[in-house]
Amino acid sequence: MTSKNKWLSTPYVLWSVMFIIIPLCMIFYYGLTDKTGSFTLENITAIATAEHAKALWLSLLLSLVSTVICFLLAYPLAMILSNMKVNQHSFIILIFILPMWMNFLLRTLAWQTLLEKSGVINSVLNFLHLPNINIINTPYAIILGMVYNFLPFMVLPLYNVLSKIDENVLNASRDLGANSIHTFFRIILPLSIPGIISGITMVFVPALTTFVISTLLGGSKILLIGNVIEQEFTQASNWHLGSGLSIVLMIFIILNMIASAVFDKEGEGSML
Amino acid sequence: MKNTAKKIYIAFIFLFLYAPIATLMVLSFNASKTRAKWGGFTFHWYSRLFQNREILEALGNTLLIAVISAFVATVIGTIACVAMTGMQKRSRAILMGITNIPMLNAEIVTGISLMLLFISMGLRFGLGTILLSHITFNIPYVILSVMPRMKQLNPSTYEAALDLGASHVTAFFKVVFPDLLPGILSGFLMAFTMSLDDFIITHFTKGAGVDTLSTKIYTEVKKGIKPEMYALSTLIFVTVLLLLLLINMAPAKNRAPKNIQK
Repeated sequence: MTSKNKWLSTPYVLWSVMFIIIPLCMIFYYGLTDKTGSFTLENITAIATAEHAKALWLSLLLSLVSTVICFLLAYPLAMILSNMKVNQHSFIILIFILPMWMNFLLRTLAWQTLLEKSGVINSVLNFLHLPNINIINTPYAIILGMVYNFLPFMVLPLYNVLSKIDENVLNASRDLGANSIHTFFRIILPLSIPGIISGITMVFVPALTTFVISTLLGGSKILLIGNVIEQEFTQASNWHLGSGLSIVLMIFIILNMIASAVFDKEGEGSML
Repeated sequence: MKNTAKKIYIAFIFLFLYAPIATLMVLSFNASKTRAKWGGFTFHWYSRLFQNREILEALGNTLLIAVISAFVATVIGTIACVAMTGMQKRSRAILMGITNIPMLNAEIVTGISLMLLFISMGLRFGLGTILLSHITFNIPYVILSVMPRMKQLNPSTYEAALDLGASHVTAFFKVVFPDLLPGILSGFLMAFTMSLDDFIITHFTKGAGVDTLSTKIYTEVKKGIKPEMYALSTLIFVTVLLLLLLINMAPAKNRAPKNIQK
């Protein structure tokens, strides 16, 4: 309201310095030092060792594939939903947030039951005389888990930007003789870029860094970079190496943040 | 024809999103202890649930953390929103940028960064450290829900209240607060949900012996999930569903406005 209220920001400023800024600095401190506290780049270059590089590569591959699948599934869905003209914006958001009320680990585990050799899906396929699918404990199951868990984060920003496109703009495009394919590529798609970027960020970052989905659906043999970091902290207790590898991960996260800052200045593509 | 295709597509996506939830609900009535076999219908796990002290304790911790962290985050976040409107553009942009960090950053990085902080502060890991972490990642959800409402406010009403002799505090609670309320409520709800569903950050900031439902489930994964867990999550889900249906059927006046979006 007025400048008199300036002090009101103090609690939040203090909180964010204490619990956001300083913790991040600590990751950099641990990542750039060794156990004796002297400066080293070893924890960062450790990403190049065969085991770590393989985990990072696999993580990048799986998260990219999941992000693309999420996008391809979500875009038509968001278009259909935004065209339904229901005045129930919050209702649609709710449908996608509702699953979160059932624990995320249990929901992911349920896919084991669905995907197993004699599981629900294969029973249905058997009944229809279709070939079975055996993807449990493979990277495909991890991709499925990622798509399942992060699809709402792609749908919601897309739905938000698409439902805000002015109907008159589309009508104008049609009046000027554009067919629906033209209208889509020249009008709808460019106008939805903030939502696309936001959706990609919201899916790619958690997919790239997950260790839970790979643990639950990939058996224990498939290691993603998230698994490696988690183990360094909880089992090996090598915080320096774990922090160093996190810094490498943060490079990808920061690239993502820059992309969203450039393409989505107004925050139009936000999830809510 | 085209409409049918659209409907089939929507149905397919919802099947995909809700199939695991249906599976868990079915499993909660499964008399067989392994999830691979159907052993007949039973309410056994529901009665066993209320005798399982470990699960109930984890549930208590989860709810306690969710309520307190959502509440504290809502207070700090709302005050921050009020404060930010009075700020210069530049400092506001910086603060909003910092607000976005926990949202855009990977949870594992947030989790380990807080873990390193708590270790260096010499804090004992337990409910307190979980609480501090949950408040931290909840504040951004509150700010993002309240900020759009804040921008729609008409500052003249607040000034009018001051002119009419109200103190700053009275003017805020009588004039500004009611307008912000829908945003505050949806922010609280969002924060509560996020806290309830969080595993990763809790995993890194919890102490030995203290469990939330998520961390309890994670330790059970290797031994096999106790069917009581399915019963509990079914109960939680059905409760929330009923509450939401009730809210949606309530008169439109009381309903949160449709724009919890930006």
